[in-house]
Amino acid sequence: MSLRTPLARARGLGSAKEGVQHWWMQRVTAVALVPLSLWFVASLIAVAGADYPTVVAWVGSPLNTALLVILLVSVFYHAILGLQVVIEDYIHREWLKHALLLSMNFALILLGVVAVISVLRIAFVAVLSAGV
Amino acid sequence: MAELRLPKNSRIGVGKHHAAPEGAKRSKAFRVYRWNPDTGENPQMDTYVLDLDECGPMVLDALIKIKNEVDPTLTFRRSCREGICGSCAMNIDGTNTLACTKAIDEIEDEVAIYPLPHMSVVKDLVPDMTHFYAQYSSIKPWMQTQTPPPPDRERLQSKEDRAELDGLYECILCACCSTSCPSYWWNGDRYLGPAVLLQAYRWIADSRDEYTGERLDDLEDPFRLYRCHTIMNCTKTCPKSLNPAKAIATVKKMMVERR
Repeated sequence: MSLRTPLARARGLGSAKEGVQHWWMQRVTAVALVPLSLWFVASLIAVAGADYPTVVAWVGSPLNTALLVILLVSVFYHAILGLQVVIEDYIHREWLKHALLLSMNFALILLGVVAVISVLRIAFVAVLSAGV
Repeated sequence: MAELRLPKNSRIGVGKHHAAPEGAKRSKAFRVYRWNPDTGENPQMDTYVLDLDECGPMVLDALIKIKNEVDPTLTFRRSCREGICGSCAMNIDGTNTLACTKAIDEIEDEVAIYPLPHMSVVKDLVPDMTHFYAQYSSIKPWMQTQTPPPPDRERLQSKEDRAELDGLYECILCACCSTSCPSYWWNGDRYLGPAVLLQAYRWIADSRDEYTGERLDDLEDPFRLYRCHTIMNCTKTCPKSLNPAKAIATVKKMMVERR
């Protein structure tokens, strides 16, 4: 039972004065992912069936390494932003919401960092050791 | 947590059946949501069969006929009967609209009538609009200026500036859009919803208002504004054919512009 006025309830804790950055970055990453995904799929088709050194060399070329890293960062950043919204939309128990947001962030950052390191490892280690 | 089933006390049962009057040639069944807070019972769907030859053309005509001639306990809001007051907003045939501007013959088979979705029900087709109106007043729907008004005339506005308000000023605050929005269903406590955001933009777009920045500040919030996920139910359902989704998109664009 609360005797707060309806207006006090509607105003709540006031405006958080944020959200533009989140919204804008979700759009930026979405747009960036269109050419990046097309490039990635086309490249995979191009190297499909090629032997190991060829693929390693493809990953290791500076432009491809850079594009792969940008693709991975965009994918994981976009996924984090999107899943955050889904969790905020549907989970209304405060403690559960924060627990899920933290674990989701941790899981996706972990996956993203592992993915980026894998690409860099191929680029720096595999390529060098293969002597390409 | 979003719930997939209605809470136990909201599940709808089958109600009374009121048969067509003697000698009815064009009978039409109206299934109407009934809930009375005084009985403590679950809501139920009562069926009223009317003779369309004896009834006006709109769904509101049928409801008034039912209340006058069949069942005076049926409760609903209505006033202007011409789509300008917004009182008779309800869910008819699966879509939020105004009963007074919805023609009965647009609906095949039975006419199912529910209160606006996901609102607390006061009785039958009457939803509790308290929070909706409080949200409306929270956006300060009046002109705010620092410049005092000219002493000898009204504040002037060019024809082009006035045209910016077309498609906004026509909103009658019937709440059809807000209550059709899943984001408003799940987060209506904090998300302002399409109707109130369109109204907020109506004052942002007003060339005479001098508090655009403060208005944008108040909207800049992950919940108040950014729960809009461009689902577009608002624009689809608006009985005045307005476009709240576009107003919200324009506000989002302005937020980016001023960064």
